[in-house]
Amino acid sequence: MENELLQILESNPNLNIKDISKILNRNEDEVREIIKELEKRNILKRRYIINWEKIGRDRVYALIKVKVSPERGRGYDKVAERIARFNEVRAVYLISGEYDLEVIVEGNNLKEIASFVSNKLATLEGVRSTVTHFILKKYKENGEIFFEEEKDYRLKISF
Amino acid sequence: MNEKLSYIKPSGIRRFFDIIERVKDVISLGVGEPDFQVDWVIREEAIYCIEKGYTNYTSNQGLIELREEISKNIKKNYNIYYDPETEIMITCGVSQALDIALRTILNYGDEIIIPEPCYVAYKPLAILAYANPVVIKTHEENNFKIDLDHLRKLITPRTKAIIINYPNNPTGKSYSKNELKELAEIAEEYDLYIISDEIYDKLTYNGKHIPVAKFIKDRVVYLNGFSKSFAMTGFRIGYVCCNEKILKNMLKIHQYSMLCAPTISQYAAIEALRNEEKILGRILPEYKARRNYVYKRLIEMGFKTILPDGAFYIFPKIENLNVDAEKFSEELLFKKHVAVVPGNAFGDDYIKYIRISYANNMEKLKIAMDKIEEYVKELSVLKI
Ligand SMILES: Cc1ncc(COP(=O)(O)O)c(C=O)c1O
Repeated sequence: MENELLQILESNPNLNIKDISKILNRNEDEVREIIKELEKRNILKRRYIINWEKIGRDRVYALIKVKVSPERGRGYDKVAERIARFNEVRAVYLISGEYDLEVIVEGNNLKEIASFVSNKLATLEGVRSTVTHFILKKYKENGEIFFEEEKDYRLKISF
Repeated sequence: MNEKLSYIKPSGIRRFFDIIERVKDVISLGVGEPDFQVDWVIREEAIYCIEKGYTNYTSNQGLIELREEISKNIKKNYNIYYDPETEIMITCGVSQALDIALRTILNYGDEIIIPEPCYVAYKPLAILAYANPVVIKTHEENNFKIDLDHLRKLITPRTKAIIINYPNNPTGKSYSKNELKELAEIAEEYDLYIISDEIYDKLTYNGKHIPVAKFIKDRVVYLNGFSKSFAMTGFRIGYVCCNEKILKNMLKIHQYSMLCAPTISQYAAIEALRNEEKILGRILPEYKARRNYVYKRLIEMGFKTILPDGAFYIFPKIENLNVDAEKFSEELLFKKHVAVVPGNAFGDDYIKYIRISYANNMEKLKIAMDKIEEYVKELSVLKI
């Protein structure tokens, strides 16, 4: 039931409680309760994905790889948390390979990001080195494709 | 001119369908194909084939790699084994498989039993095969399933076969294990073939689909394809599985009239089967949600409606309204810009039903249901 609900919401974020209650054949209060619970447990999070570039608002994004000295007892988590708490940071991942963390940072311009990296990120205790890749164009994010949607070419009636 | 063609009348509701293309901003619930685009892995494979130059004829029977993949798929899903060398043939959709199956099995004047409501091609194809279609009506009270006592009464010494289709177009209903077993027993008893169109098998939301071949494999001509479960309608690709003797004879027709199914589509179909779980995992919950939603809305509007087991159709009855399905559909189109198919497209007696296809996204379905509700309210007011 929870699974079914989450799956439906993931592909149809605009459904209201009434619609969902019809799909799941449950009463509206029940559905409302389950959604509240899922939100409380941090399982269900809502967020809009906006293609800012398209309306001409230029935001700058960078993908930053970070080498970190892990801390005894807490591994990478402590430094990762410190990085994640910055508002400029959109995503933080622990990754395998040469680097340890991958951080996606958002800013108004190159300078802002450069200064964030040199002043805030690189100076954190435990951060050994960083490499910054500026993102030049976004094609797909969170499963959403930033290309024109495909048209419906079906005949209006077919058997 | 072939006299048989005079028995195939252009359907009376043809006119209605011509009008639809002229009405603007229609939400169409009349579509018999998925709204999901063909999964990109499949399209990518087709592009790759063209780039590589895999554009020649294949063997008449179809690529052996595809036949093997189909054999594995049926084994995996249903634990039935068809030999890819001798029991499987690739066709241009289930449409062509149906055509040659009928022409292979039936002799001039043979009878074939066709349950209604049904997909529009069965009767015309039987007539073109010089057979006599014998219609058995199914009823909502019986969940649109064949009444077996009635079936026995319709069987004559000339009856050669019966066509079944489940999950069904237009009702969405399926058959249970026991029902199929009983049907199989009748086929055995009266020496009949069962032509089983199971093109919607993978789109099943209640319980598990069971091929009738599970019970009498030797008498079943099993038809399936890629148009519905993988949305590959325009690829024109399907397959038939049956015993070696029938297949050999079907192959005679196929090799001279079609030569082989489209090569690029055959490669794309291999890729489809290899990604079956991923692809179905993405679309099945979505179809199920839509089915539940549309069903509930129709029930709340007061339509007598049976919950479909599969496919993407629902077949509500418009009994308490003072209109027949043709009038209903036409007015709904002109007044509310929503298109549905009148039930009589699927059999003469179903003029009090409409077929709604829920192969549309939830947003559109919501608007369409609101509009149908508005229209029904207007109708009810008129009646008083
Ligand atoms: C029951 C049924 N059989 C066969 C077909 C034809 O399918 P194909 O595209 O494989 O020819 C359809 C298509 O609408 C159908 O609904």
